[in-house]
Amino acid sequence: MSESSATTSARPRRRVVNLPAHVGPTRASAYVCEAVSCLSMQSHDVLLGLGERVAAAGLTDVEVKRVGCLGLCAAGPLVQIPETGELFAHVVPDNLGGIVEALAAAVPGGERVPEAPFFSRQLRIVTENSGRIDPESLEDYVASGGYQALRTVLSTMTPAEVRDEIARSGLRGRGGAGYPTGLKWNTVAKAIGSPKYVICNADEGDPGAFMDRSVLESDPYRVLEGMAIAAYAVGASIGYVYCRAEYPLAVSRLHKAIQAAGRSNYLGASMLDTEFSFEVDIRQGAGAFVCGEETALIASLEGGRGTPRTRPPYPAVAGLWHQPTLINNVETFANVAPIIRKGGSWFAGLGTATSKGTKVFALAGRVVNTGLIEVPMGTTLREIVFDIGGGIVDGRAFKAVQTGGPSGGCIPSEFLDMGVDYESLIGVGSFMGSGGMIVMDETSCMVDVARYFMDFCREESCGKCVPCRVGTTQLFMLLERITTGEATMDDLAQMERLGHMVQRTSLCGLGQGAPNPIFSTLRYFRDEYVAHIVDRVCPAGVCSIEPAPVST
Amino acid sequence: MTATESPATEEPTEPVDPNEVKVTINGHDVSARKGELIIAAAERTGTYIPRFCYHERMSSVGMCRMCLCEVDTGRGPALTPTCMFPVAPGMVINTESPVAKAAQAGIIELLLANHPLDCPVCDKGGECPLQDQAVSHGPGESRFVEEKRHYEKPIPISDLVFLDRERCILCDRCTRFADEVAGDPLISFTHRGNETQVLTFPNEPFVSYFSGNTVQICPVGALTASPYRFKARPWDLEEAHSTCTTCAVGCQTVVQSSRDELLRYQGYDSEAVNWGWLCDRGRFNFEAPNSDQRLGTPAVKSADGTGLVEASWSEAITKAAALIKTALDTDGPTGIGIIGGARGSNEDAYAWARFARTVLHTDNVDAQLLDGLSPAVLTLPRATINDAAAATTVVLLCGDLKEELPVLFLRLRDAADKRGVKVLEFTPKSTGMTKYSWRSVNYLSGGQARIVRDTIAQADVAEQLAKGPVVIVAGTANLAESDQFQIDALAALLDAAPTATVLPAFRRGNVVGALQLGLTPATDGMHTDDILTAAAEGRLALLILLGADPLSDFPDTTLATRAFAGARSIIAIDTFVNHSSQHADVVLAAAGYGEKRGYTTNIEGRVVPLAQKVTAHGTSRPDWMIAGDLARALGAQWSLDSVDAITDAIATNVAAYAGATREALAEATDGVLAVPESSSALETSGAEVPMSSGYNFKLVVGRKLYDQAISTQLSHSLAGLTPGAKLHLHSLDLDRLGGPGAPLKVTSKTASVVLTSVADDGVPRGAAWVEFNQSNINIAALLDAASPATDVRVETVS
Repeated sequence: MSESSATTSARPRRRVVNLPAHVGPTRASAYVCEAVSCLSMQSHDVLLGLGERVAAAGLTDVEVKRVGCLGLCAAGPLVQIPETGELFAHVVPDNLGGIVEALAAAVPGGERVPEAPFFSRQLRIVTENSGRIDPESLEDYVASGGYQALRTVLSTMTPAEVRDEIARSGLRGRGGAGYPTGLKWNTVAKAIGSPKYVICNADEGDPGAFMDRSVLESDPYRVLEGMAIAAYAVGASIGYVYCRAEYPLAVSRLHKAIQAAGRSNYLGASMLDTEFSFEVDIRQGAGAFVCGEETALIASLEGGRGTPRTRPPYPAVAGLWHQPTLINNVETFANVAPIIRKGGSWFAGLGTATSKGTKVFALAGRVVNTGLIEVPMGTTLREIVFDIGGGIVDGRAFKAVQTGGPSGGCIPSEFLDMGVDYESLIGVGSFMGSGGMIVMDETSCMVDVARYFMDFCREESCGKCVPCRVGTTQLFMLLERITTGEATMDDLAQMERLGHMVQRTSLCGLGQGAPNPIFSTLRYFRDEYVAHIVDRVCPAGVCSIEPAPVST
Repeated sequence: MTATESPATEEPTEPVDPNEVKVTINGHDVSARKGELIIAAAERTGTYIPRFCYHERMSSVGMCRMCLCEVDTGRGPALTPTCMFPVAPGMVINTESPVAKAAQAGIIELLLANHPLDCPVCDKGGECPLQDQAVSHGPGESRFVEEKRHYEKPIPISDLVFLDRERCILCDRCTRFADEVAGDPLISFTHRGNETQVLTFPNEPFVSYFSGNTVQICPVGALTASPYRFKARPWDLEEAHSTCTTCAVGCQTVVQSSRDELLRYQGYDSEAVNWGWLCDRGRFNFEAPNSDQRLGTPAVKSADGTGLVEASWSEAITKAAALIKTALDTDGPTGIGIIGGARGSNEDAYAWARFARTVLHTDNVDAQLLDGLSPAVLTLPRATINDAAAATTVVLLCGDLKEELPVLFLRLRDAADKRGVKVLEFTPKSTGMTKYSWRSVNYLSGGQARIVRDTIAQADVAEQLAKGPVVIVAGTANLAESDQFQIDALAALLDAAPTATVLPAFRRGNVVGALQLGLTPATDGMHTDDILTAAAEGRLALLILLGADPLSDFPDTTLATRAFAGARSIIAIDTFVNHSSQHADVVLAAAGYGEKRGYTTNIEGRVVPLAQKVTAHGTSRPDWMIAGDLARALGAQWSLDSVDAITDAIATNVAAYAGATREALAEATDGVLAVPESSSALETSGAEVPMSSGYNFKLVVGRKLYDQAISTQLSHSLAGLTPGAKLHLHSLDLDRLGGPGAPLKVTSKTASVVLTSVADDGVPRGAAWVEFNQSNINIAALLDAASPATDVRVETVS
């Protein structure tokens, strides 16, 4: 590790890629993943090295290309040869011979995905371009069908037709709550006020979730196209992407995309030679989880303290600067262009009765294939964890999967065959959330998991309303007492009672959802709580509890 | 019902009030108003919903969650923050359902989890909303045993206010007040989550003229004010509804005392006047009446003429009567002049006006000290404060309201900032209202009439003035010029907006009452400047000072000093021995604020009560009683022997006060308006004074809230807040004179002083602005009462 970091520092950091263009038609290509997790494993050096090696080998019909996320982050840096479907994992910049050989031998035969179930079981709509196009190249995006949808919308559809198409698709908000997108667009369109705003919520903050980051890093134009279509549909002229500052690569790619799209008339005044105008700007959040809540996001965007306010009025009616404002999540906007291109009915044909299309999940935790996946709604947890995810690390026993971030819950093994959609998750006491999925095995203590998420909520509470400000802290202290073996069964009752009170009386979703990890772990793993309290033992061996003094 | 019946015509239906919203609260049908918040509708109809963050004069934030109740809008009962939602037809509100009560009790329990429970040593204990609502709506006990938050115990956040963050429940009231109401957003939430706290910004204390209001609206003892800290327990306080007379806005107050000592003034929510707010000067100057420098007994000049010695009332009255008799004998009624009377009650003013006219037979009475506009302004069609706040356009032709009439500033700031009222300001220097003004126009002293005419000739201004009701706030903006300039400018405005009404920005507590009740020349009597000139020239046999201090307050110290030397005898009626009264032959100890009852008249002409809360200091007597004592000592007929008798006499004899009968006043919630009938137009001069040769700046002398006024200086909490006088020049003017900070010599035709200079681009080029009545310099020495404007030469100190 120290050796390689020494070599890295000698090389220029993030040199601009301008590899010698190959001559003639491309016979084979090497797609080098340059999303953040592969970049952190020196994939940029892989890209440069590969370019040099390919040139040295005289392979003039081979293209070496930077692409967005290839999905299997656990195995990065990744290089893919799409013509053959070969995927090279854990690539080291100094050992690229195998890839060059494979490139030399590759026979063009259409695009193929790797055969592993991790790839074959996925259905890619949002991430269709991830790992296929250069995220910083507008030409690449356009060449892969980008901006067809916007062109269609601006030249042949009325705003109402666009909204109808989205409504027909059954698309629901991918930020987590699952509000019907078409309904929201209609509300904003009908709200009185001018100007109207479109905000893309890219303040992804759930622990273990990185779907939005990956979309922005891999395919930023798709989000801009979705926003532009939305703006046309609701009558907005100004857009903001509110992105957390912890995503510098996403911000920089998005920034470049906004500039390039503006230069090519895909943004700005009189877009695509129509009368429609739409400007987009980026605003960076300063690391507050609560700013993902739409009213807090708006407060932050307006330059104030990022604290939520009571709804109604909803942002659709009175949002940014009290004007009608459409706020959708990154993934929601990323779904818009394909729906327009392929039709709302096509989209509505995917997924379950109430949840249409696909969902991107960030698969993390004690699973073999951690990374980014996209599956149709209704895919079972077992397929996700065991087929796509490749099972539990070290062959240990599956214990639970946590979804929905800090407002979500832990789903035990008896629900592994449940199809995942908005309603089914709520039914088992969890929540779709933005798509974080943390797999836990027998080494995880569920009380400790609840304590971890409560600590997160306590840290991230904005402090505006009393139940969340004081309640999450009190809940955390109770959980601390349990994990250190100092609690009584009365404390457990007190914690449940307080949890219900916080859930019912808090101002925004953060506080209302904060007790969920407690409730869901209590629902399925109450015995672990009792073991901590009564037996003074942590069954998973995570919590350090002083043994009870032996009474004489 | 059959088809032939037509109920619409047969039965007269009840008239439907379009503003009525019918809701159910706790099972009772209630008539609420359209747009009314649930919490307000409930309270108005007799159901109290507990709250901490909600305050009816500020925007709702819904963050304490204490007002959660079950509200059913047709989709089933849901816990709803009642301070955030207006009533809707058919709403079913349950404030006491088990779910609502559990939520409320839960909130109290969480608040108490961190509250220190130091109620026995907390000033708020006994009048604390947290304490009260913990009893009424709390669970009775806490199940939390965890450690509470700890912070450094009270930290001063300004010279007047202390903050105890452990007690704070983060309701956002003080911070909202500072931002929304006062416009001084100097306190704010910092940190977040359970570490959230209210703090000032680094090195920026909460310096606000209105900081005391945050203490009053704090629902716990987190904010305390230094003048009241640890002075009394609420249950020991007695209180009475009264009116603040620090300035002439007439803020409604509750005066509180314990053991016969004034201890606190609280704002009282008067819809018409102050909305519950007070300025810090008015709120905290209760320390002055308690000062040990109060005059408790009369005093007469010592035999050697070097000082004052205590005297009995009979001795002092006899001596004063003798001086009056001598003056009448030698010079007749015109040889007597009475200055002052603006600090007392209506009854004091009326008694003294009667005393002057029927006993002394003199018309030389003036409640102003050449520092206000002509009383003719009071006969113009009068506006109320609410008129101004609801007008389309408010024209400011007055001094800095934030400094002179602070709560009027709050009301107009609110109107401009939140209600879309357009403010057009004419001022010699930027004011507190400038940033809330639609248009702010500067002028050089003497040029205001021309500037006003030029401005209102502009198309957009003319259009704005024509849009709807116009209220002109008229007052003195510059003590270094003749009031005629303002009158000319006011006349020009009234020409352009003939239907405009006028709110006089007169400053002293009861100056409007004093002027309306006769303490101003009715015919050919002398005004204060003429009285002092006569005295200076030896033409005045007797000068009577009715709570006036010309040596401090008259904007021409030279003349005032010569007048005191030239007056053959002086009688002072005052609460203190001050610069002027120390020269008197007889000083009669007057009862002060809170020591006498009666009524006062504010700028609107609103007659509002003054309460007696404590016993008068020593043997001091109210002014009206002293007038009677003197009248009787002079052998005159006198019947005004009680406050009630004088209140009745005012209602009977003064046309404007005909409605202000004791019965009407007792019943009125916001006082009774007493405004003289509109009379003739203003006398204009049209003169504009060119700069005298040899001078390069027009001097502007303006007021600050905190100055050398005795009530401020004897309130030790406020005494240190005076800013001191500096020379404010436009930075471009100052560049030529050596830049800011340099001492500069300012020379008028009467005197010269040296002042520290500051760059202030709110001052137009060619003007020099200086604070009035500050301790470091007597700027009044530069002024000449006989000159219409004051030209000065500013030069570097060689």
